[in-house]
Amino acid sequence: MSTATKQIEELANTEYKYGFVTDTEQDIIPVGLNEDVVRLISSKKREPEWLLEWRLKAFRAWLKMEEPHWQNVKYGPIDYQGTSYYAAPKEKKKLNSLDEVDPEIRATFDKLGIPIEEQKLLSNVAVDAVFDSVSVATTFRSKLAELGIIFCSFSEAVKDHPELVKQYVGSVVPHTDNYFAALNSAVFSDGSFVYIPKGVKCPMELSTYFRINAQNTGQFERTLIIADEGASVSYLEGCTAPKRDEHQLHAAVVELIAHTGATIKYSTVQNWYPGDKQGKGGIYNFVTKRGICKGDRSKITWTQVETGSSVTWKYPSCILQGNDSIGEFYSVAVTNNFQQADTGTKMIHLGKNTRSTIVSKGISAGRGQNTYRGAVRIGKNASNARNYSQCDSLLIGDRCGAHTFPYLEIKNTTAKVEHEASTSKIGEDQIFYCESRGIAKEDAINMIVSGFCKEVFRELPMEFAVEAQKLLGISLEGSVG
Amino acid sequence: METLVQAPAWVRERREAAAKRFADVGFPNTRQEDWRFTNVAPIADAKFPLASGSFAQASSLIFSVAVPGSLRLAIVNGQFAAGLSDLSAMPKGVRIAGIRDGARDGSDGLEQHLAKVFNIETHPFAALNASHLDDGVAIVIASGAVVETPIHIVIVTGGDGKPVAAHPRVLVVAGANSQVRIAQTFVGVKDDVYFNNAVAEVVVGEGAIVDYYTDQRESEQAFHIANIQAHVAAKGVFASHAFSTGAKIQRHDIGIALNGEGADCTMNGVYLADGERLMDTHTSLDHAMPHCTSHEIYKGILAGKAKAVFNGRIIVRIDAQKTDAKQTNRALLLSDDATINSNPQLEIFADDVKCTHGAAVGQLDEEAMFYLQARGLTRIEARDMLLHAFAGEVLDGLKIPELREQIEKNFFTALARDIAVTA
Repeated sequence: MSTATKQIEELANTEYKYGFVTDTEQDIIPVGLNEDVVRLISSKKREPEWLLEWRLKAFRAWLKMEEPHWQNVKYGPIDYQGTSYYAAPKEKKKLNSLDEVDPEIRATFDKLGIPIEEQKLLSNVAVDAVFDSVSVATTFRSKLAELGIIFCSFSEAVKDHPELVKQYVGSVVPHTDNYFAALNSAVFSDGSFVYIPKGVKCPMELSTYFRINAQNTGQFERTLIIADEGASVSYLEGCTAPKRDEHQLHAAVVELIAHTGATIKYSTVQNWYPGDKQGKGGIYNFVTKRGICKGDRSKITWTQVETGSSVTWKYPSCILQGNDSIGEFYSVAVTNNFQQADTGTKMIHLGKNTRSTIVSKGISAGRGQNTYRGAVRIGKNASNARNYSQCDSLLIGDRCGAHTFPYLEIKNTTAKVEHEASTSKIGEDQIFYCESRGIAKEDAINMIVSGFCKEVFRELPMEFAVEAQKLLGISLEGSVG
Repeated sequence: METLVQAPAWVRERREAAAKRFADVGFPNTRQEDWRFTNVAPIADAKFPLASGSFAQASSLIFSVAVPGSLRLAIVNGQFAAGLSDLSAMPKGVRIAGIRDGARDGSDGLEQHLAKVFNIETHPFAALNASHLDDGVAIVIASGAVVETPIHIVIVTGGDGKPVAAHPRVLVVAGANSQVRIAQTFVGVKDDVYFNNAVAEVVVGEGAIVDYYTDQRESEQAFHIANIQAHVAAKGVFASHAFSTGAKIQRHDIGIALNGEGADCTMNGVYLADGERLMDTHTSLDHAMPHCTSHEIYKGILAGKAKAVFNGRIIVRIDAQKTDAKQTNRALLLSDDATINSNPQLEIFADDVKCTHGAAVGQLDEEAMFYLQARGLTRIEARDMLLHAFAGEVLDGLKIPELREQIEKNFFTALARDIAVTA
């Protein structure tokens, strides 16, 4: 046990790899939040009147709301007035080629290993990089435009496709949905916008990389993805943040709309700064993600690998409105040191013959607390609905916790709903078995954890799966005794 | 109210503390997580007056559910009714007293345990019950006593047609290495409106084995709130089996704390929710110490416009290693207008544990129905047979044959009622 403890100590000291700060001149508005700040953000982004009105409506609704505290996480009070709600790299001129991107920012993305450079574009990934709050450069756009696919920053979409934005924004996550969604609706800075026209299968994975850089800024990005009839798209999202001592708030909103026969696959690898090993600093990741299968035979898949953030609190959900629509949720959440995660999904079955699958894998190590919270609701008219949920927890060490709170609400007799959960630890015998075959303890643990998460990883696009596996290794190294 | 004044100081203190607590929190509302699906406004709004004394049909009700061969303790409107009880075959090692008398006479264990096993902070209705702390029954089993005769507590409530409230209370203290089987039956006059707010506290000593059965067959217009809390010491074994077919709104809170190493518990239940009934069961299992095991199966049958809630919490405390906890919740929906909310909750703070929970909701297997009908059974007979089998796993835990027979009979009567409602 003592060698194991030593290993834990050693490896727990592994520094957060992505903890560097880029010195770019930034345009940050003063801290604080009031209607003038909302107006300022809107005017900085030269938004049309209706969007400003929408923001103000959200802001007024937010003022009347109370911060929720039912979730199974503990964190200090958030100072909403001590945060700056907008930070943009100061260079304002429109970028046409990657060479024009600020070299400092380029270097940051290089360190992150984002394929933003020309040669990496050949790896068939179109990237919309969000640096703090403004989309820096969107690659591969022209090629996508040929197919009629719109992939741009949210602000550009507001300028170039206001009718689409106006029609869909807030249609899945209303501005009054919850405290953090309302806050986001009031002050959102930027994000990604995707529109796939009828019958088009997006030929490449679309990707956004989020990074919080400036101090004391919250990141409030907003993503809107619309797949029209028969369209399909796979979207990747990755997140990192530099090391900071204080906590930073990240309250994003993601809305997905799948029309008849459309498929949307949304994958996230979240690696925000988790705080140090005493639990100091780190990101508060309070995100509202929801998709609606509007048309018949549509499908939405959420896949997430959550290894970062000091507190994660999110429930990517599916509203299965169309008949025969499918919702899927695959998740791996890792909490180490003092990290806390309260995550899961909601599957709301409204249409007939709707199906949903939930596979959630929680891994807790150190003093990490991991909660799965999910709801499966079968409406009165959702005949022949089918749900299968499985949530497994793996505990590494005896000071961590794993919690499961599934909510099942069934209003139709033909529904078949199953929920299973299990909790286990990595067995001494499993490690012994591997070690006796010449596999080092560390590798044995990695192997067992990978096996534990396999069902989720195989849902990830190839490049992401590799990265996720690596991240998992880093997050858990040496945490087994 | 004369008796209230005579109560010893410690009883009065507990009563006042509970009254203060209830005054602070009041009736729960649906904004509270534990009461999200159960609206108790009908109880709060009705302002039921406290029942005083007995009512006309009390004795016939008590005899209607009598279990032959057992000791009988009658509680009428929350008061111990010695005259309607049958303690003639009192076994060795058992002491039974009305709580009021026991408290006054200073019987062992009462001051130590009464209104102390549950937490009034988290159970508003138990606080309300304790604010009326006065009478009920106390059963004390001596260390090492193996009680062969089952003890049957019959709890009847009524006000001769007028709506009343009663707050019955049971305290069981089982000494080290003792063994006892206790049943409680709740019954009222058909279609009477009343509010029964019961509390049972069970203290299971080291190595003791206690079986506790609950049969809830209240009036279909009654409001039934019951709270069973048990503390189990090292190597103690506690099993709770609950059967519910009655009341308009039922809320059961069953909490078991495994406070010593090697303790074991079973927490099973079957409920039948039909008509516009609301059946809410909240169970809580606290694995506070290592090497404890628990098994939990709750099964629900829903018909008509009924609503059921199952909330099963398992907490494995830090260092409660080698815990083995298994929870299963199954529900059969027989009608599209019925709703089930099933919320299992696992909170685990130790790593070397085995914890599983499963929840499944479905309907009767059409193939099985066809098979039985092809062999000459009517659709209703086939259905009842399958439902009986569905409940069988829990019924099998009943270790008092006479009681089992009675509960099964009531189960089928209730199923017939359901046909009348849904046909």
